[in-house]
Amino acid sequence: METSPTVIDVLPQHARDRELAKTRTGIRGLDEITRGGLPTGRPTLVCGGPGSGKTLLALTFLVNGAVQYGEPGVLLTFEENAEEMASDVASLGFDLPELIKTQRLAVDYVRVERGEIEETGEYDLEGLFVRLDYAIRTVGAKRIVLDTIESLFAGLKNDGVLRSELRRLFRWLKDQGVTALITGERGEGLLTRQGLEEYVSDAVILLDHRVHDQVSTRRLRVVKYRGSHHGTNEYPFLINAAGISVLPVSSLALRHEAPLERVSSGVGRLDKMLSGKGYYRGSTILVSGTAGTGKTSLSAHFLDAACRRGERCLCFLFEESPQQLLRNMRSIGIDLEPWVTAGLLKFHADRPSRYGLETHLVTMHEAVAEFRPAVTVIDPVTNLMTVGTYADVEAMLTRLIDHLKTENITAMLTSLTPGQTDIERTETTISSLMDTWLVLGNDEVDGVRRRGLYVLKSRGMAHSNERREFVLTDRGFNLLDTVGAARKALGHARSVWREGRSR
Amino acid sequence: MNPSHIRATLQRAAQTPPNERYVLRLYVTGMTPRSARAVSNLRAICDEYLEGRYDLEVIDIYQQPVLAIGEQIVAAPTLIKKLPLPMRRIIGDMSNRDRVLVGLDLVRAPDAS
Repeated sequence: METSPTVIDVLPQHARDRELAKTRTGIRGLDEITRGGLPTGRPTLVCGGPGSGKTLLALTFLVNGAVQYGEPGVLLTFEENAEEMASDVASLGFDLPELIKTQRLAVDYVRVERGEIEETGEYDLEGLFVRLDYAIRTVGAKRIVLDTIESLFAGLKNDGVLRSELRRLFRWLKDQGVTALITGERGEGLLTRQGLEEYVSDAVILLDHRVHDQVSTRRLRVVKYRGSHHGTNEYPFLINAAGISVLPVSSLALRHEAPLERVSSGVGRLDKMLSGKGYYRGSTILVSGTAGTGKTSLSAHFLDAACRRGERCLCFLFEESPQQLLRNMRSIGIDLEPWVTAGLLKFHADRPSRYGLETHLVTMHEAVAEFRPAVTVIDPVTNLMTVGTYADVEAMLTRLIDHLKTENITAMLTSLTPGQTDIERTETTISSLMDTWLVLGNDEVDGVRRRGLYVLKSRGMAHSNERREFVLTDRGFNLLDTVGAARKALGHARSVWREGRSR
Repeated sequence: MNPSHIRATLQRAAQTPPNERYVLRLYVTGMTPRSARAVSNLRAICDEYLEGRYDLEVIDIYQQPVLAIGEQIVAAPTLIKKLPLPMRRIIGDMSNRDRVLVGLDLVRAPDAS
């Protein structure tokens, strides 16, 4: 997993010094929310329900420490045995046996079986301390994970002893100077079943896994971080083939670059309407219109033009499959296939209903981070609205557009306007985020369908206010000449129509 | 536990064939008062019930941490009855004699009778 610069990197040195020492998790997003990672030399509690990703987060923290930051780690697990765990995470590219062999990781599996133990008087948990101490010394550990220490409560009966020993354990971990991550199962009315938050009070991270309308979303929240600023929102996170990643995008301030460079729309006459030069690079363009008005075609022109400039393009499809789109665009003379073959153009097609909005957002982020495009098209963005409320969609799009702008990626979003009604509502949701807004429409005059296009807004340029008629030909978009030419075309169309009728 | 029950189990213990040897491992943490108590309590019990037919090895996990891992020691002191089977774990300073006897299968647990 690559490390990208985070907020902490861009802070001036004096501001960084005031912050407490932090240990990076190497988990994309989490280090930004926590402004640099977990508190160094202190324990952090990660809690959540079953399957919320606690163990994966903890393991990622250890593996990244060992692999990326040269900090060996210890895993003290009460949950599964080491081999099971190794095979579980092997699919994420974590080679635990190799890390163990090269002394960068020590794993100790602690088995405490319920009801098997006869208690005959005073005892403590010194056995656990001895084992931890041994593991820490064996690899020179800087990081340690206890997963899930509450299992002790199932095996041992004396709560009083357990509680005082846990208190002693966390103090001892601090004395060892190791950065510890302790997982805990979410309890009724408490963050953890046994109230571990009472003992681990430096930092607490809560993981949540919700299912709403049969769509699941994972969220992460930093509940507490003593002595440090941190993002307080709930952040969506994703577990996929690349591991765990968190999206802190809404924490970013409005401070994108405003490049002066312009990029062609792929339609010469449209460029002319946009003060002669096309869109601004890094801007966001909304193309809206009712069904069949040529939104996708306009996007295809834009993609084609970008590929001709040798730029990488990523196209998210929420309606058609890539094959359908390629075929349909070939019919209007835009052949995108060579760009796909050349690796310049990549499609990412998904059914909107497949995941929740947050997951879509994370997936799109991942795709953008992986492909590093100069141009991104989302066709149609309105299909995402079927998965969430307007407020949710707006929040999601704000985050996405924010991110694309930060990366200086020019984005074109198409928006399907549903018939004659409800036009304003769908579009005001997102229009304020847009730099350029093109509206496509169909008018029926004398039985002839006329396509029209106008620039509703385009920030930072003197754009045309004309409503231009256009036709879709076998060589693509053709914006017709002035009104005179349009009349001529109209006249022609009428005569064709009359001829047709008189026959 | 009522007196007749104790009598019965003591009889059973007395009738256990003398060739059934007890192999015991007591894991302690250095020579803390608790460790010392566990050792002396356990020896007293063994001398009374298992005279001449037990091997007791006391292991200091501070000296041999690897054994603590291998034997899954969490609490200290921990006594492991390796033989006769089944293997049993008994934790604490062995001051609760009845519980030690139950753990060593020298007395059946009250709820099991």
